[in-house]
Amino acid sequence: MTMATSKVTTATFDAEVLKSSTPVLVDFWAEWCGPCRAVGPILEEISNEYGSKIKIVKLNTDEESAIAIKYGITSIPSMYVFVNGEVVTQIVGAKPKPALLKDLESFLA
Amino acid sequence: MSDVRNVVIVGSGPAGYTAAIYAARAQLDPIIYEGSVTAGGALMNTTEVENFPGFTDGVMGPDLMDSMRKQANRFGAELITDDIVEMDLTGDIKVLKDGSGNTVKAKSVILATGSAYREIGLVNEKRLSGHGVSWCATCDGFFFRGQTIAVVGGGDSAVEEATFLTRFADKVVLIHRRDSLRASKIMADRAKANPKIEFMWNTEVIDVLGADKVEALKLRNTVDGSESERAFTGLFVAIGHIPRSELLTGQIDLDNEGYVICEGRSTRTNQKGVFACGDLVDHTYRQAITAAGSGCAAALDAEKFLAH
Repeated sequence: MTMATSKVTTATFDAEVLKSSTPVLVDFWAEWCGPCRAVGPILEEISNEYGSKIKIVKLNTDEESAIAIKYGITSIPSMYVFVNGEVVTQIVGAKPKPALLKDLESFLA
Repeated sequence: MSDVRNVVIVGSGPAGYTAAIYAARAQLDPIIYEGSVTAGGALMNTTEVENFPGFTDGVMGPDLMDSMRKQANRFGAELITDDIVEMDLTGDIKVLKDGSGNTVKAKSVILATGSAYREIGLVNEKRLSGHGVSWCATCDGFFFRGQTIAVVGGGDSAVEEATFLTRFADKVVLIHRRDSLRASKIMADRAKANPKIEFMWNTEVIDVLGADKVEALKLRNTVDGSESERAFTGLFVAIGHIPRSELLTGQIDLDNEGYVICEGRSTRTNQKGVFACGDLVDHTYRQAITAAGSGCAAALDAEKFLAH
């Protein structure tokens, strides 16, 4: 079973992220951000491979700036992992797949 | 037995893509590892490039890279959006490993890995990276709307970053450890004329303060040594670059700053069949056009080597 990443908005953030029973990686991104576009396909792959262990959602910081400000985002891509509504891991900046898998090791086991 | 390529190009940007164009046209069937998240190199983080010859109205950095990439593709270069993570360049057949675990062998290698941002070297600079500390104005400037932020540096990059940031920030303070800019006159004049840019001369940043994000900078005057603090909610570091030569130590001769040493005006390194170009080699000029020129030279040097 493959699981693609999905889009999350202000309206769906609570249900999709904060109340999720599995860990959620929120990818804060924007259209004009080159490194965000570069890491996009890598997150799709990780989602397809590990979607049952960690849910990967994308939040567009241009469209949902209030949430980006709430979580103190000052650089994108920022990938924050939420467990039980709390941020437990912060990954800032595009990274190659092996490096991301290492950062997410504890969630993928 | 996997086949041995004529030439592998490690890295992209104007140097790597130009090498790919020339090598492809010379029927060398090149393969280029452009980087899994860094494809296109430094120009992917710029906006308008006004000084690349041939573009009367300037060109956007990412668009220029996209064109070069398409051109390389057109002539048959094989483009792999991955990184080379290991290289053994010492034998007649060079062996390289990519980020996905695949091995590639080649008779010649062109190194075009470019450079990375130089950091000031402060613990808190690293700690607050992505939380108010940035090295890329075009990437992160958007998040500093209406704020008072600092840019450290005195060259073209620093001045360009400071100028770009005035689109978002209320005030940009350019902090430089000397009393005059190294930047080109046209850039310096533009910055001086910008009412949102303030200059702090003879000053260096000695600490970045803030628990979870940048709140202030600790500063030292380079003339009298006096220290002070000033509130800022962002710090952009633009003090230059360091060559990406970490994988080459022990097999390729590097100078004391880590730049690859080439023979005379060629792109030949100390290893037979290994050539280097772009910001990995160049301390002096570091322009897109000089990188492109050296990429061409590397392909021609590789072609000559393979013909013997």
